[in-house]
Amino acid sequence: MNVKSCKASIHSLLKTDDKNFIRLLYVLIAVFLLCAIVKPETFLQISNFQSMAAIFPEFGILSLGISLSLISGGMDLSVVFIANLSAIIAAKFMLALAPDDSSPYTLLIIIAAIMVSLLVGIICGLFNGFLIAKIKIPAMLATIGTQQMFWGLAIVLTGGSSLSGMPELYSTVMNSTLFNFLPVSLLIFIICATALSIFLSKTRYGSEIYLIGTNAKASKYAGINNDQLTILTYVISGVFSALAGLVMMAGSNSCRADYGESYTMQCVLIAVMGGVNPNGGFGNVKGIVTAIVILQFLSSTLNMFENISNFYRDVIWGAALIIVLIVNYIINQRREAAAK
Amino acid sequence: MNVKNLFKRTETYILIALLLFCFLVQACSGQFFTGNNLVDDARALTILAMFALGEMIVMVSGGIDVSFPAIAALSMYLVSTKMYDFHGNIIIFFLAGALLGFIMGALNGFLIGRFHFIPLIVTLGTSSLYTGIMQGVFASHESVLPQTMLDFGNAKLFSVYNPKSKLNSNMPVSFLFLLALIVLVWFLLRHTKLGRGIYAIGGDMNSARRAGFNVFHIQMFIYCFCGALAGFVGVTRACMMLDCDPTNMVGMDMTCIAACVLGGISLSGGSGTITGTLIGVTFLSIMSNSLILIGVSTYWEKVFTGLIIIIGTGISAYQVTRKNSKTVSNALN
Amino acid sequence: MSEYILSVKNVKKNFGGVKALDGVSLDIKRGEIHCLAGENGSGKSTLIKIISGVEPFDAGTIEFDGIKQKKLTPAISIASGIQVIYQDFSIFPNLTVMENLSINNELTCKGALVNWKRMQETAKKALSKINFKVNLKERVEDLSVAEKQLVAISRALLNSAKLIIMDEPTTALTKKEVKKLFTIIKDLQAKGISILFVSHKMDEVFEISERFTILRNGKNVITGNTADLNDKKFTFYMTGREFDDLKTNINYSTSKVVLDVQKLQLNNIFKEISFQLHEGEILGITGLLGSGRTELAETIFGLRTADGGRIFMDGKSLKIRCVEDAIEHKIGYVPEDRLSEGLFLSQSISSNISVCRLKTLSSRAGFYNKNKVNQEVENWIRNLSIATNNALLPVQSLSGGNQQKVLLARWLANNLRVLILNGPTVGVDIGAKYDIHERIRNFAKGGLSLLVISDDIPELFSLCNRIIVMNKGRFTMEVVPAKISEKKLEEISMSE
Repeated sequence: MNVKSCKASIHSLLKTDDKNFIRLLYVLIAVFLLCAIVKPETFLQISNFQSMAAIFPEFGILSLGISLSLISGGMDLSVVFIANLSAIIAAKFMLALAPDDSSPYTLLIIIAAIMVSLLVGIICGLFNGFLIAKIKIPAMLATIGTQQMFWGLAIVLTGGSSLSGMPELYSTVMNSTLFNFLPVSLLIFIICATALSIFLSKTRYGSEIYLIGTNAKASKYAGINNDQLTILTYVISGVFSALAGLVMMAGSNSCRADYGESYTMQCVLIAVMGGVNPNGGFGNVKGIVTAIVILQFLSSTLNMFENISNFYRDVIWGAALIIVLIVNYIINQRREAAAK
Repeated sequence: MNVKNLFKRTETYILIALLLFCFLVQACSGQFFTGNNLVDDARALTILAMFALGEMIVMVSGGIDVSFPAIAALSMYLVSTKMYDFHGNIIIFFLAGALLGFIMGALNGFLIGRFHFIPLIVTLGTSSLYTGIMQGVFASHESVLPQTMLDFGNAKLFSVYNPKSKLNSNMPVSFLFLLALIVLVWFLLRHTKLGRGIYAIGGDMNSARRAGFNVFHIQMFIYCFCGALAGFVGVTRACMMLDCDPTNMVGMDMTCIAACVLGGISLSGGSGTITGTLIGVTFLSIMSNSLILIGVSTYWEKVFTGLIIIIGTGISAYQVTRKNSKTVSNALN
Repeated sequence: MSEYILSVKNVKKNFGGVKALDGVSLDIKRGEIHCLAGENGSGKSTLIKIISGVEPFDAGTIEFDGIKQKKLTPAISIASGIQVIYQDFSIFPNLTVMENLSINNELTCKGALVNWKRMQETAKKALSKINFKVNLKERVEDLSVAEKQLVAISRALLNSAKLIIMDEPTTALTKKEVKKLFTIIKDLQAKGISILFVSHKMDEVFEISERFTILRNGKNVITGNTADLNDKKFTFYMTGREFDDLKTNINYSTSKVVLDVQKLQLNNIFKEISFQLHEGEILGITGLLGSGRTELAETIFGLRTADGGRIFMDGKSLKIRCVEDAIEHKIGYVPEDRLSEGLFLSQSISSNISVCRLKTLSSRAGFYNKNKVNQEVENWIRNLSIATNNALLPVQSLSGGNQQKVLLARWLANNLRVLILNGPTVGVDIGAKYDIHERIRNFAKGGLSLLVISDDIPELFSLCNRIIVMNKGRFTMEVVPAKISEKKLEEISMSE
């Protein structure tokens, strides 16, 4: 068996999921080379990779949460506002109990605040899950509604302005870099990504969520507890959102009700590019992470051009999505024709 | 029989809730049914209503369009800035906006019609694309409107004076646009083959094809129309606000979709009425604008909006569940 | 005027290297009812698409009423009087009956506007063709399946149809509705219209057609007079194999009662349902649509909660409030509509088979060993001879019969005591049907107790030890296949 037929038989054994991922890897390599060629002096610096690694966890963690909800056959459009709301409540907690850094219990209070933030994320997730699983409101509509509610609650709590003045210790810790190369925010992202990956690929809950996203009726008939798993999906999404909120708050040392408003759609784009089927049932973490990295490379490199503004990122993302859709379409057409 | 059918529809409940709310506000403040409040409310819902009518057409066909705020913003920005020194008829401004929107919508229509991509994803992508072009390529910022647009924005159909608050409320000329649009959309959907085709596609795309509808043409029309309308409304918005702020329509896509769903349009397509959509829009708009009249601070506006959406869609969902369980027991008869 | 309204000779069609039709011929006489039969993949759908102009043909000749057709398009086909009624009826569920009837016609009229008055008249005209009484203002989605079909037929008759092709028209109809459909078809014949009836159901071919054509693997097998046809020949022509008419002659243990259902009740659907299921027994349930038989199965399986009565297994009272409960008590259910209720079409064969095993194979935290699962899946694929060499392929790539086997594997993997099958061979080729029947008998021999719900009387006769007739929510009669004829049972099950 020569190399070509080996490769061909491996290729045919791989599921479509894996084939999409391999294509994404090719794109990643291509984009990396493109960026390296276009801006060698600035792109290929360690400092560049370090700063990229500190930026993307914010929306990276949100993307993971949204991806899970997409895989389950729904969509969580409230992630950004759960992030903001939980961060705001945590901030208020910290401000109330440790108004100045002088308290000896500052670290404990910060840890408690983090717990509070995660609790808020869980509660918001439970609310979403309840509306979608028990009341059976379509996920998109339910989360449009809860998005407004969470945003509104955040506005009420902050009076429309941003909160700052949290203990310095918080941002120092969260913005620090471990072992000189691992930003804490990146660590959080890696933990989330790994946990989600294990959840999806190695536990029965993950397998069942894929099935619910494929055919909710059939999963009911197969004895899967749709309601419980749906609620779990949105709770996880809520927890991830809370974590993202903590990272966002550390990054800007403040929190607002409407921070990251445009992130929602960007995260859906990342998910779709990463191979998540917006109708549900398909997608994996490695694809999503690859998509995040690709887009981060592109937008960072774009930043290195003086006269091209930050906002070109949206152009790139929008165009990239459309191109990916078309390319996937053409490849699938060819594959179907060949199969006949 | 007919009344029973009426109560199966979400928009009936929304209408009842709306009326109750109006009376509540009147009771609390005595200000609701005053001339100038009604004019203010009409003014406030004009833009949302026009967007919603466009979105309605898309949703009836089974699709969805979240790119129209971006299309509206980009059209508005380009018209306001590039035509700043143009002193021709105001109509040219509107046509320019519509043309820009048409082109942007055509991309949506092509991708959805030709490749059968999922409308939500395509329009998410184009939304990002157009926003990026506006903010990046054109480096958009808040800017001053051309004089012609300002004049139009200041023009009024009539004015209502409120002796209590000593304020004047002006009914904007653009309200006529809304009325004209309602007639246009009604005629399109009710009396043209194109319009019936939109419902047909939303019902069953394969059957539509077999019946002889040109599905691709219809889809191109839908998204081009929605785009052109968005561009038109963008220019209108600038005129009404007397200012070109490219960020003030962000998020209207979700509010619009929520209004449509409250008005009885199903996410899966095939059903929806103009009356229902207008009820949905009026409800959301009046609710959020009138909270202050019952003493609720504007900070709580979003919370209320969210609550309304949840309750409204909850009712709708409950009715669907009831309908599904009914079909089983009816089978016996 | 030719004797034949349609004459297809030696038509060939290739789809990227696959010979869908390899020289197929078909002749339909004027005013004839002709049946076209064949298994899945025989080429009958392709042939229909070619006749109706949806797909072009590569070689051969086609004549409509003696006129040779060089190239066919749907418009030409329709103009020549050929109307196809597809399985989904090509209707718009969200539009009114009136619109559904008249929209095709309206589109051919000039102008961009629709003329509601003209549509009303067209609709009335359509209804008069078969004297179909229905409220024009009703939304089609609120009609019954049979009524929807009548809408499709009425519409087809608007354009002076000479030949109506019906693709598997009886799939979703009850026996009564099928009889009504046949009456309508005979009426159409009396008006001089030919009918091409595509079906694979033996009894229908016998009952309605005068001549038949059978295809296999894209080629003609035989064209002949229905009068000369019998069961054995039909099966042989369809599959190329002979099947023995096996019947269940296993003695099941009449002493060991596995499932004891007492006075089970679901409000407004069924009541006073009592029966006992013995170990190794195959019990059949039949009845008209609306008799409550599917709901009975769903109640035992936990999809619905009973309002009254009790269920005992091995003497112990069971509390079944959800599907998980039923599965825990080792009850399984293969539903009627495998495509929407049973299978995860785009997921792998492996996921589809292993879904009910995940809970058992997982630790408390939810982790399970994928290799163990794959092993089990491979075993079942071999056990049931599921025709695939790669369990990772999506299950939609399998034929109907193999898909049904996947569902069987899913449930058998759970070491069941009771398996409920609802319409086990619907949409399954004859060859696969016999295979599945044989396997069901083997499961019973192995000690599994089965409840088979079916409309197919011969199937029940070949499988069951006992058959219960259900009507309007009650059990009306219990028969033993050995002591009654199939025809008699059919009569009983169809009576009100």
